[in-house]
Amino acid sequence: MDFRLTEEQQLIQKSARDFAQKEVAAKARELDKEGRWPTELVKRMGELGFLGIAVPDEHGGGGADNVSYALAMIEISKACASTGVIMSVNNSLVCDPLLKFGSDAQKKEFLAPLASGQKLGCFGLTEPASGSDASNMDTVAVKDGDSWVINGSKNWITNGPHADVILVFCCTDRSQGARGTTAFIVPKGTPGFNPQPRDHKLGIHAAHSCTIFFEDCRVPDALRLGDVGMGFKIAMHTLDGGRIGIASQAIGIAEAAYEKAVAYSKERKAFGEPIANKQAIQFKIADMAMKLDAAKALTLRAAWLKDQAVKDKSVRHTQESAMAKLYASEIATEVTHQALQVFGGYGYSTEYDMERHYRDARITEIYEGTSEIMRVVIAANALKG
Amino acid sequence: MHLEPTPQQLRFRDAARDFATEVLAPNAARFERDERVPDEIFVELGRRGLMAVAVPEALGGSGAGTVAYSLAMTEIARGCGSTAVTMAVTNMVGEVIAAFGDDAQKLHWCPRLAAGELGGFALSEAEAGSDPGGMRTTATLEGDEWVITGTKQWISHGDLSSVLVVWARTDGPGARGLSCFLVPKGAPGLGIAKHEDKMGLRASHTVALSLDGVRVPESALLGPRGAGFRIAMMALDGGRVGIASQALGIATAAYESAVAHLRARKGGGDQALQFRLADMATRLEAGRGLALRAASAKERGDVFSREASIAKAFCTENAWAVCNAAVEVIGDDALLEGHVAERCVRDVRVTMIYEGTSEVQRVVISRLELR
Repeated sequence: MDFRLTEEQQLIQKSARDFAQKEVAAKARELDKEGRWPTELVKRMGELGFLGIAVPDEHGGGGADNVSYALAMIEISKACASTGVIMSVNNSLVCDPLLKFGSDAQKKEFLAPLASGQKLGCFGLTEPASGSDASNMDTVAVKDGDSWVINGSKNWITNGPHADVILVFCCTDRSQGARGTTAFIVPKGTPGFNPQPRDHKLGIHAAHSCTIFFEDCRVPDALRLGDVGMGFKIAMHTLDGGRIGIASQAIGIAEAAYEKAVAYSKERKAFGEPIANKQAIQFKIADMAMKLDAAKALTLRAAWLKDQAVKDKSVRHTQESAMAKLYASEIATEVTHQALQVFGGYGYSTEYDMERHYRDARITEIYEGTSEIMRVVIAANALKG
Repeated sequence: MHLEPTPQQLRFRDAARDFATEVLAPNAARFERDERVPDEIFVELGRRGLMAVAVPEALGGSGAGTVAYSLAMTEIARGCGSTAVTMAVTNMVGEVIAAFGDDAQKLHWCPRLAAGELGGFALSEAEAGSDPGGMRTTATLEGDEWVITGTKQWISHGDLSSVLVVWARTDGPGARGLSCFLVPKGAPGLGIAKHEDKMGLRASHTVALSLDGVRVPESALLGPRGAGFRIAMMALDGGRVGIASQALGIATAAYESAVAHLRARKGGGDQALQFRLADMATRLEAGRGLALRAASAKERGDVFSREASIAKAFCTENAWAVCNAAVEVIGDDALLEGHVAERCVRDVRVTMIYEGTSEVQRVVISRLELR
């Protein structure tokens, strides 16, 4: 066993850290306050290869592994959770399924520009009336000659207002349940593809999301991803990877709050000495450090298993990804809560970062599978044996 | 990065798993009633290379390293927590002697411990637990003999050990005045002051030791004079990996009993119980990652205090939560004598206390984090 990062993993971690600390961190508060989409940072992430880290070189990606992806996600989310999730959606929810399930033509047309940052993608699974119960969707695609006509709506679509392409999941055969779902690639500008104004949320203000209406939106059969009826399988495979990204995002948010709390506790004086001298604060710090390490252990293991799965098809990581996502997102809430507590009133003030970290953490327990869905997945696997 | 054990490490794990499944688990309740794990169990563990897993082969150990040890420890604890603590302490004593002993000490004791004789670790005192610097036992040099006087508290299998590593004050107050000695069984003046009656790990003896002018030759000093505290801290860093692994094993047994219970229910039981199971599985998985990370760091020779303390506090506290949840999931049956979950919930509790309480781990972790 060897828990040390490889040289390549360390290199990517460092390059992500440098970018995050030099170019992202200083803007994060302003992006959050103004709810401004970070156009310039998305462009830079593309240039640096962060938008398709685990996509092989020949498809325009970074050619690195999923552990490197997780490490980079942690670093960037540490500086700005909004920038982190924009990156995660493009990597995990768009590039990864295109790589695994796309035809050669689809990879050439869509994967290469998405992985290299020339285009940005989004993922359309959730609907106003179906979130956790994803296979029970209202959006339909009906075959009409050589094309499909899509009608329905998708909501909470991160990157939606700015994306060049959406991967959208539609019901193509109601009688087949989950097996009646099919995935399509829909480029922006396709008539009937209508993104709505952005959502207003508790956190990750700079990562715009929106509802997207599909009104007689016609796409050629060539833009169907995978087989007819394979959509749910594609979605579940995709989320197994996406959960590694969100777990990493959660770790990044929590680590940012944690490190600031450690630094502040050494400066802030109360009762004649730094509060870091108080056992009440020391034990909070120990608890936060422990939880962060446990979350990293789970998340890097899930990412490492995903890398093994690339080489060995029998390797599964559904369970490990769900555990990583569940644990990392829940401790992100706990750690940001305690870190804010260390800051006292300053933690509650919007002049400092703590309240942003606290708000940003909350979504990680919800998107890409709520904590409750994670527990359903984990228990089902555990009971199956 | 490679997050799976090597084939050799898996062989140790599997040898331990087979022994735990076939011999320990079916007899653990009886061992507890008898308040004794039979000596031959440790001889058998010795034959399988499990009593000195990380001790070099030249000294009769397995030379298999700390990852193999951690994996094996978890499996043995899954079968019987009492057997596991005896194995843990003896492995720790073997490693301490291998690391700090002179050739004569190493060649005399390590092969014996590897073969299944027990080693004891006599550090704690009634007034010096988390703070060994407050120790009162003294050792004074008289001619070419050390004379040791004092009382040691909470000594696992102290009455059954062939050799005891005993800490005593040789020079002045504080941590720097402590030294470490090897005291053989039957040394005149060495007595059992009390057999403790405990909540759990009842098949493992815990005693108070009295040292009433115990005389050992000058050559019984382990490591340099005054190095006692350093030796204790190094031993405990390693010991904490062992206890983290033990806690995981005990909790795994309780978890598996909860899984079996839910599998027998229609539809796998209520969602509320399934959700507890999901949390148990997640905590165990995270704990395994942390314990093996610490083991791997120790094996490489890296500084691993932080990893060991994080693994110890996380694994033992979550193991306790897992055992408690197993009782909740199973219900009344789990509280009947002889039920594995009932034993686990009692056995696991002490893992949060011995070899450094959870509080001491947090002191260690926060000190390193705030540095």
